[in-house]
Amino acid sequence: MSAAAPVAIHPVFGRLSLDALPLHEPIVVATFVAVVIGGLTTLALLTRYRLWGMLWNDWFTSVDHKKIGIMYMVLGLVMFLRGFADAIMMRLQQAMAFNGSEGYLNAHHYDQIFTAHGVIMIFFVAMPFVTGLMNYIVPLQIGARDVSFPFLNNFSFWMTTAGAVLVMASLFVGEFAQTGWLAYPPLSGIAYSPASGVDYYIWSLQIAGVGTTLSGINLIVTILKLRAPGMTLMKMPVFTWTSLCTNVLIVASFPVLTAVLTLLTLDRYVGTNFFTNDFGGSPMMYVNLIWIWGHPEVYILILPLFGVFSEVTSTFSGKRLFGYTSMVYATIVITILSYVVWLHHFFTMGSGASVNSFFGITTMVISIPTGAKLFNWLFTMYRGRIRFELPMMWTIAFMLTFVIGGMTGVLLAVPPADFVLHNSLFLIAHFHNVIIGGVLFGLFAAINFWWPKAFGFKLDVFWGKISFWCWVVGFWLAFMPLYILGLMGVTRRMRVFDDPSLQIWFVIAGIGAVVIAAGIGAMLVQFAVSIWRRDSLRDSSGDPWNGRTLEWATSSPPPDYNFAFTPVVHSLDAWHEMKQAGVKRPESGFRAIHMPRNTGTGVILSAICIVGGFAMIWYMWWLAALSLLAVIAVSIAHTFNYHRDFHIAADTVSETEAARTRQLAGAQAAGGA
Amino acid sequence: MPHPRHGRLFGILSLAPLALLPGCDMVVLDAAGDIARQQGNLVILSTLLMLIVIVPVMAMTIFFAWTYRAANREARYDPEWNHSTHLELAIWGAPLLIIICLGAVTWVGTHLLDPYRPLARVSPGQPVLPDTRPLEVQVVALDWKWLFIYPEYGIATVNELAAPIDRPIRFRISSSSVMNSFYVPALAGQIYAMPGMETKLHAVFNRPGSYRGFSANYSGAGFSGMRFHAHGLSQADFDRWISDVRAGGGRLDRMAYLELERPSENVPVIRFAQVERDLFHAVLNLCVEPGKMCMHDMMSIDARGGLGLAGAYNVGQLSYDKFAGRGSEGGRPARMMVAATCDTRPVAADNFELPTPVVLAPLLGAGLVNGSQTLLSRITPLPAAR
Amino acid sequence: MQSSQQLPADLTAHFYDLHEHDHPEGGSTLLGFWIYLMSDCLIFAILFATYAVLGGNLAAGPGPQDLFDLPLVALNTAMLLFSSITYGFAMLAMARGEQRQTLLWLGVTGLFGLMFLGIELYEFHHLIHLGATPQRSAFLSAFFTLVGTHGLHVTFGIIWLVTLMVQIDRHGLKPANQRRLMCLSLFWHFLDVIWIGVFTLVYLMGMLR
Repeated sequence: MSAAAPVAIHPVFGRLSLDALPLHEPIVVATFVAVVIGGLTTLALLTRYRLWGMLWNDWFTSVDHKKIGIMYMVLGLVMFLRGFADAIMMRLQQAMAFNGSEGYLNAHHYDQIFTAHGVIMIFFVAMPFVTGLMNYIVPLQIGARDVSFPFLNNFSFWMTTAGAVLVMASLFVGEFAQTGWLAYPPLSGIAYSPASGVDYYIWSLQIAGVGTTLSGINLIVTILKLRAPGMTLMKMPVFTWTSLCTNVLIVASFPVLTAVLTLLTLDRYVGTNFFTNDFGGSPMMYVNLIWIWGHPEVYILILPLFGVFSEVTSTFSGKRLFGYTSMVYATIVITILSYVVWLHHFFTMGSGASVNSFFGITTMVISIPTGAKLFNWLFTMYRGRIRFELPMMWTIAFMLTFVIGGMTGVLLAVPPADFVLHNSLFLIAHFHNVIIGGVLFGLFAAINFWWPKAFGFKLDVFWGKISFWCWVVGFWLAFMPLYILGLMGVTRRMRVFDDPSLQIWFVIAGIGAVVIAAGIGAMLVQFAVSIWRRDSLRDSSGDPWNGRTLEWATSSPPPDYNFAFTPVVHSLDAWHEMKQAGVKRPESGFRAIHMPRNTGTGVILSAICIVGGFAMIWYMWWLAALSLLAVIAVSIAHTFNYHRDFHIAADTVSETEAARTRQLAGAQAAGGA
Repeated sequence: MPHPRHGRLFGILSLAPLALLPGCDMVVLDAAGDIARQQGNLVILSTLLMLIVIVPVMAMTIFFAWTYRAANREARYDPEWNHSTHLELAIWGAPLLIIICLGAVTWVGTHLLDPYRPLARVSPGQPVLPDTRPLEVQVVALDWKWLFIYPEYGIATVNELAAPIDRPIRFRISSSSVMNSFYVPALAGQIYAMPGMETKLHAVFNRPGSYRGFSANYSGAGFSGMRFHAHGLSQADFDRWISDVRAGGGRLDRMAYLELERPSENVPVIRFAQVERDLFHAVLNLCVEPGKMCMHDMMSIDARGGLGLAGAYNVGQLSYDKFAGRGSEGGRPARMMVAATCDTRPVAADNFELPTPVVLAPLLGAGLVNGSQTLLSRITPLPAAR
Repeated sequence: MQSSQQLPADLTAHFYDLHEHDHPEGGSTLLGFWIYLMSDCLIFAILFATYAVLGGNLAAGPGPQDLFDLPLVALNTAMLLFSSITYGFAMLAMARGEQRQTLLWLGVTGLFGLMFLGIELYEFHHLIHLGATPQRSAFLSAFFTLVGTHGLHVTFGIIWLVTLMVQIDRHGLKPANQRRLMCLSLFWHFLDVIWIGVFTLVYLMGMLR
């Protein structure tokens, strides 16, 4: 903790000076050099192959939900590599720092790493992945041409990216928070964290939070308003249902985060007394408020993946989903209950026994609908004909892994048990068990499942299996020791240890992390190999897995307009029914299709927000004011543009659809031969 | 609650494979203190209860996945089968039953093992005798070390805790700057230590030994070094320990405390033979520093509607760590006025509930009250007349 | 699903909407905007909760009774209520398609909004002058933040209102502008409702305490 010496504020540069560059940290300098070289190479290649125009016109300014979805996934992947680098550094430090050794990270660096790891993995990995997935799949599943507010979608993505950019900037300019990922005051207050770290935390989350909230609103409206005719709520695919609940959770919880971070900002910048020790502030209120957001956030992450598992299980078992209705109600029950459990994150704060028991029991009650879901997947498999393709393998791995994480979660909901396990490595093992075993395994299932839809070719199975086994084995190697360490009374966020008998467990966990790294490597190789061999992995049917929902009715990748004619839904598993009935695609009579126009406003606003956030972090008040004015001006200017749409000509649609007809005929001929 | 011995037996059975692992001392499941042991037993009991569902689910997952694999053409394939009311009842009902059991265990266990609840027993079958006075230990989390004050003996230690076995201990816990969590796994579950607030923990050691204690809530750069040893001692050893501390000299008064609370890391054991009267009370009320208004005074003023506009600029005597972290220099408020003539003399710790001067029990140590009295929380309003 | 179900002869027409028309642009804007308002409402809920928790923590400083000037706040409330009424008149004029009338009433609404802001700024200035700054106590922090956030919303509402007046002046009451007027209307009345809460919980109950 640096001394709170008053920092001179330069009229132009605020408190930013050359001292903010972490030149004394060799690890950071090396990273910086690597990033610069990598970045320059990328820029050079983009310029060399004249890709800038394509990137700008076809991707950055695109309002197409499919492209935005893919960009979210790319953002998530990039940030995942950063977050994982943090993880493996922590594992190495903890495996080393025994017998008087301080390890290789000092407190200032280590404390930033575990904070950044948590923040990045939740906000800039899991959230973009989940949002990207919903963005790509939901409109296709409900037979829509895009989301309700396509420009807002683009803007949301760029705001999330702006937050990520600020987090990455903190690596090289200044520092990140050293407070843990939820930045409890008073530690995160100005008195104990006077430097720029917590400000990076605040502004990156606030800017990304705007994007998340808006994208939540967008998807709710999309699902409520743009469903294909005939698709009543109880005929919606389960993934769409879980997406709807997730976005309701987003809209009903992220404002809480925005508000509580705003109050922390005021404490730090204006000197108010919300969370101070003196002048009547209450740090406990922060803990309550942040978890009122934080617990629903957990379900925001996992619910969409529950939807993925439902789609995958049903598709690869070749069978209707068991207990659709109870699945839907289970999801709704989880959504509602997730708001009445937040106190279980701090049983140890000294609430009375009755309050603690109440929140303990509400937490346990959530395991009932969750358990019901698990049984539903099981009975979907029952009397099915299960194809063990990669998505199904991830689903089975999820089921076997997640139950353990769920069990330890319920265990932690028993307040007296929590008193001995709270903040321990047991807790760390628990939430990695559900987040890796649930969210990440689900994402990998989803990526393997829908990749052919997005790109028109399947992912390589060999490297996929290597990745799968590395991940599953690595996960257990990395986190089983943490369960044991937790039972040995070892707490989290420790940098050095004094008990040499613990070291072996940290070494095993470190090996597990290395195996996971191999899994990540194999996954990247899987992507590369699949792109390289895309012609032999090509799927021209658009329906490689014998799918059941409407996204499989389109070509792969789907045309810009998704559906030339909106499908009419008569049952759950609409596409399956159409296949059963032998419905022929309409091949004539196409009309012009009304579509939203691309716009660069999202990119511009996000860039201004990066500048504004940076200015606030470094106390460059003039620049912050200028950025605010610029945001207002650009937003107003945007509203003066009334021409936001265009029509894809009927001829173009006819041509695209004719090509599709030829492709399908070719696929059929190939299949026949 | 299961009979503890059964609980332990279950524990040993269910966790036998893990316990065989080398050098694995699962202190959480086999603690030296009655409270921690009961909490550990609850961990085991809850796990076993849940395994009733978890094991079949895992077995069914593997069994179904294997039986209904696509290659197995023998297995029945029923692609339209998607509903069974009986099954639905079972899959909602079975977890519900388990949760009802677990919920009952939770309700009872949470109340029995409430850290604020004075102990009813020292160990299984050995109730706390009515005239037993618990050992009071006042705990302050400092940046980054632990201060323990023994009001009964008028001594204090840093990063060293000692208590006689089989005597209930009552911890009163606070912090000077940021949030920490007081945790001795062998003794009892943790509870947060927060500035300006008091949390309580009741526990007891049953086996002599030296156990690890630490902060279980990250509190900044020196957090890893916030460790201490907690000694469970026989009464004779404890008495010897007390006299050793007393013989060692050193006095912890307000000035020494202000020096001590400055941030420092990996602090070795420090002992003080004397402690200033009511130091913990002053720490708790953020008024160790001379001239600061104690929080309980501020709160009673607030309860009466504040000091009005006259008090608007009266910030000097209120500022504790808003302008600068504890123990750091600089950062004074820009506007500071001479404190008003408000009486900031610390009030005796619990004087609002001190018994009449006719106390039958002998007054001990720093004039502490009989420990069997339940203390109200600090927010209890003071009597109007002081 | 059931095989017994009778499927019509023309399957393609049964499963595809062959006579689809363009969806009117902005068909879901009002729903979306309403959901946004609910999320904004949640922010205010947190600020209200914060005020409820911290409102009594005067830190031995001034309390509501020492600070609030109820007649002034009542006047302020009247400004905002009047502005809602005039906004209603603007919407009525819009429904009749009278552009000038609409603009006129919008202008009056904006003036009332500005007066509200002016009185609020005067009140803030007065409090800060007395030493009752947001930094003085948790009560004042919560008060300034709650009331200030509302004021900030009104400010943005006025900026939006002016923008919209320019757009109506230039492009007339076309559907896009009508939709925007509807959204701003929701926003403006929402702020009114929030203010009723502020007036009751902060000012009236503060004086009663």
